[in-house]
Amino acid sequence: MKIHVDRERCEGHGRCYALAPALFEPDDIGNGQELGDGTVPPDQEHNARLAVANCPERAVVLDLDETG
Amino acid sequence: MGHHPPVDDWATDFDHTDDVWAANPYPIWDELREKCPIAHTERYGGVWLPTSHEDVAEIAYDTEHFTSRSVLVTEFRPPMELAPQGIAPPISSDPPFHKNARRLLLPAFAPQAIDKIEQFTRNYCEELIESMRGRDVVDAAVEYSQHIPVRVIAQMLGFPEEDADRFRGFVQHVLEGVSLPMEERAEGMMVLFEYLQAQVQDHIDNPRDDLTSFLLNAEMDGERLDMGHVGGTIALLLLAGIDTTWSAIGASIWHLAKTPADRERLVREPALLPTAIEELLRAYAPVTMARLVKDDVEWKGCPMKAEEWVLLPFPAANRDPEMFENPDEVVIDREENRHAAFGLGIHRCAGSHLARMELRVALEEWLRAFPSFSLADPDAVAWSGGQVRGPRTLPIRIA
Repeated sequence: MKIHVDRERCEGHGRCYALAPALFEPDDIGNGQELGDGTVPPDQEHNARLAVANCPERAVVLDLDETG
Repeated sequence: MGHHPPVDDWATDFDHTDDVWAANPYPIWDELREKCPIAHTERYGGVWLPTSHEDVAEIAYDTEHFTSRSVLVTEFRPPMELAPQGIAPPISSDPPFHKNARRLLLPAFAPQAIDKIEQFTRNYCEELIESMRGRDVVDAAVEYSQHIPVRVIAQMLGFPEEDADRFRGFVQHVLEGVSLPMEERAEGMMVLFEYLQAQVQDHIDNPRDDLTSFLLNAEMDGERLDMGHVGGTIALLLLAGIDTTWSAIGASIWHLAKTPADRERLVREPALLPTAIEELLRAYAPVTMARLVKDDVEWKGCPMKAEEWVLLPFPAANRDPEMFENPDEVVIDREENRHAAFGLGIHRCAGSHLARMELRVALEEWLRAFPSFSLADPDAVAWSGGQVRGPRTLPIRIA
């Protein structure tokens, strides 16, 4: 499972890095960005789904296809 | 603020400053969402009111048909020439001006910057709580909630701490006095303007490490900001941060005071607080924004005329059953919560990280000091109407 923030949609609500700090971090203006290449370790899958389900702009995208 | 005739039909004659709306707007929005999802009133020169999450979101995203030249519904429309900067950038700005005006402000309100004022905020909350100890009943709106955002923004702007009561006066005049006669409003704006001018002059003479000096030195597209921009942004920071956060803190304390199960659970499980705060923000979102219609347009069948207002009731969007399961139920461990309390799109509340910190710290300290509290007199609780809704009188029994 991989995850990324759609930079076009993100408006900096900060839900992703609040709910999944092991997967996301704020940039200098508070917009969210995924850490590293966005690979989600198995123990972070729940947090990844929370980040997706709580983004008001639907800017957090789960890439299920990456690992099948 | 009952300066207008009472409302007899919410679909065709609504008034968001009406006392019925202030006391409990949710049934009004629920009924409209079912029967007339985009209501209209002739008041204020014409206002539209979408009530579904989908419509509120679409208008918030649509900067082509709707302008932010003013975001506060009154009888008065600011002059067209003010666009695209508007009177209080960046909230009043449209693209493309908006983007850089907002960008220069955001680092000061990013989580990394807000972390640095958390301890200051906490100390201040403790101070307020100390002054309440030993009493049976306190007003949690007047003696606690309202002071916190004022003290914090005064600190950030580098304004004198002793002027706090004056700021609150300005804010209430501007935001809650929307149905006052124009002359009275203009007078109040003038007092605010003169106050800000004196503060800015003091910062020009004595530059220091705060937001006001930062704005005076900031550059946009290689040039210093003009004084209208600096003053407008300072006015925005002062106005936007105060009674919004005050409302959110007050509404949260009100909910916990009347819902012992939620209060007890948060005392037992403090780690749940951040999740609970998002739910309290969803259920009691204080802020309704507004836009002006740019040109005549037929929007989802509604004949919207240029210069009519459109209210964006994010609190109504947050109660839309299409978007949220059991929207009228406060579920403090709600896991899926895409609420829009801080707006949507390019005008997302720039102070949202500050507001969340203040709300969390205010509730942490309150719950720690008063693990058992309740409404002293439910009928005495009074809510503000208009575009920022929250308790203004909130008697709480703390012992």
